[in-house]
Amino acid sequence: MRPLTKCKLNWMPVFIAAVCLVFSSAAFCGAAEKNYKIGGIFSVTGPASFLGDPEKKSMEMAVEQINNNGGIDGHMIEAVIYDTEGDPSKAVMSVSKLINRDRVLAIIGPSRTPTSLAVIPRVQQSEIPFISCAAGNKIVEPVKPWVFKTAQSDILAVASIYQHIKNQGMKALGIITVENAFGESGKEQLLDQAPEFGLQVVRSETFGGKDSDMTAQLTKIRKEGPDAIICWGTNPGPAVVAKNIDQLGIDIPLYQSHGVASPKFIELAGKAAEDILLPTGKILVADLLPESDPQKRVLTDYIKGYENRYDTSVSGFGGYAYDAVNLLAKALEGTGGDRGQIRKNLENIKGHVGVSGVFNFTPADHNGLDPDAFVMVRIKNGTWTLVK
Amino acid sequence: MQEVLQYIFSGITSGAIYAVIAVGFSMLYNSTELINFAHGEFVMLGALSFVTLSGPFQLPLLPAFILSVAGVAVIGMLFERLAIRTVRTPNPIVLIIITVGASIFLKGVGMLIWGKDAHTMPPFSGHPPLDIAGAKLLAQSLWIVAILFITVAGLHLFYKKTLTGKAMEACAISQKAAWLTGIPSKFMVLLAFGLSTGMGAVAGVIISPITMSSYDMGTMLGLKGFCAAMLGGLGSLWGSVIGGLLLGILEALGVGLVSSGLKDATAFLLLLFILYVRPSGIIGSVEVERF
Repeated sequence: MRPLTKCKLNWMPVFIAAVCLVFSSAAFCGAAEKNYKIGGIFSVTGPASFLGDPEKKSMEMAVEQINNNGGIDGHMIEAVIYDTEGDPSKAVMSVSKLINRDRVLAIIGPSRTPTSLAVIPRVQQSEIPFISCAAGNKIVEPVKPWVFKTAQSDILAVASIYQHIKNQGMKALGIITVENAFGESGKEQLLDQAPEFGLQVVRSETFGGKDSDMTAQLTKIRKEGPDAIICWGTNPGPAVVAKNIDQLGIDIPLYQSHGVASPKFIELAGKAAEDILLPTGKILVADLLPESDPQKRVLTDYIKGYENRYDTSVSGFGGYAYDAVNLLAKALEGTGGDRGQIRKNLENIKGHVGVSGVFNFTPADHNGLDPDAFVMVRIKNGTWTLVK
Repeated sequence: MQEVLQYIFSGITSGAIYAVIAVGFSMLYNSTELINFAHGEFVMLGALSFVTLSGPFQLPLLPAFILSVAGVAVIGMLFERLAIRTVRTPNPIVLIIITVGASIFLKGVGMLIWGKDAHTMPPFSGHPPLDIAGAKLLAQSLWIVAILFITVAGLHLFYKKTLTGKAMEACAISQKAAWLTGIPSKFMVLLAFGLSTGMGAVAGVIISPITMSSYDMGTMLGLKGFCAAMLGGLGSLWGSVIGGLLLGILEALGVGLVSSGLKDATAFLLLLFILYVRPSGIIGSVEVERF
């Protein structure tokens, strides 16, 4: 039996103690079985299916690869995957099912920040290692003992953009962000980090995700005479912003977020996409990376494996789940299925080369990535080129 | 000054689109006293079928325009024939709920056919934006405004000069009296549905080059068009045009001079204000009844 040190004295200590007892015995039974069961919850359908679908596929692929190599300490991994449809309440239900019925050792996913935040209290209470695939920084900030994440935070994306802007010697910025969780979080980071890089945000505007025209906001930004404009959103809004900037003849650099780092953006913005700069995970430009890049091999293996298995082109998002499974597999080694041990191992993983970057977890950093996880790219002739 | 002019230009562009949508609402209300809450979905169908016809099917703009508008009008008439006319107790609430249902249904169909991604297409003509006193006016905006006035003028002539148009007006005034004078009132309602949804498709077609079209674009556009129609006076053609343009310009000025968060709020605040002060709209003369 595991000591119940994590149980805080709150309104129902007896209940929690009972829950802990049930789960630690479940973990014990799990170890006696042949397979290690891990749970996955992704928004496979619904509005965020572009995230959840490749994540589910990547998780299945990673599990298969591990099993083909003999599993972990002789145990095969068994993945139980549920669809959250991008809905926080469904995500919480799925987590309960994974914990109570399937008795998994750890949970991977969900795909979106709101769903991840919704399930965190549950996994914290149940003391189950949890690796989120969503970008929002709030998931691991402040650090929660059982919660990790593999997707790059927007903090790092903002840092990459600001570093690039600073290197160009620019000072004044106009920012335009979408009115949803992604845009709000980006805006917060953009405003927070600007002083660190000696930059000044002279005008901050927002737009609705379905707006058809942003010229009014851009006119307002232009009036302040910034050196560059940063747009933070997911398709299709940023493509409209790019078009409008082109139409208004605003002749200053436009930076976009990693939220539009997909060929779809170039298709939507057409020739207005030319010369736009944006940070992206390396997967988008894997074939452009120099051989010396530590991630090059992992990336090409992952892309080849995914495209052979599913016969579709790889997405930039599936890698989050792929990394999560591989990190978890590393942490599972030698634990015999003890969840406290898995959590501790996860926290101490150093130098794990993954699809989204090189992970160095510490007790204070449960994302484990640094700004090197991003590269800046420029859109030239309808395709990506690396910029220094 | 240059900024204000730019706000007005972008306001006119979106206002003209709201106006075309509002005209569709008004026409249907005129002949059937029905608000079609699926109207925005017909805008979506128009936009996406136009993008498909002129993109993957490589049709020239004009045939693609005509085909998508005609196609959507046929769908609108089918909707009337299959879902509206077959209702046993056609009181307004039932009919409105049916249009809400149709809206959800059409959105689903749109998602199945065109997927969840947004689609785009190049402007009608490749002219660079015009520079007027430092403000940029898009060639596509001129197209939109021109098409608005051509279609509304056409509809005006249709209502005032042709027998069918007059028959429709007669039906609007009193369906029973029109029927007694030998006007096939059921056919007129069908025609009104066709024309109204066709106007929705026109709005979709002209908006598709300036924004991204996706299966879920219709709801917000439909609501804005509805606001514009209420603003101008439900049932009046020119009232809808004025309402649409006014709404668009006020929205753009609201964003430009106050705050970008105010964009959608402007429309709905204005609607509440108008309903309170002048429930029949700016040039509406129809008596308003609450159901």
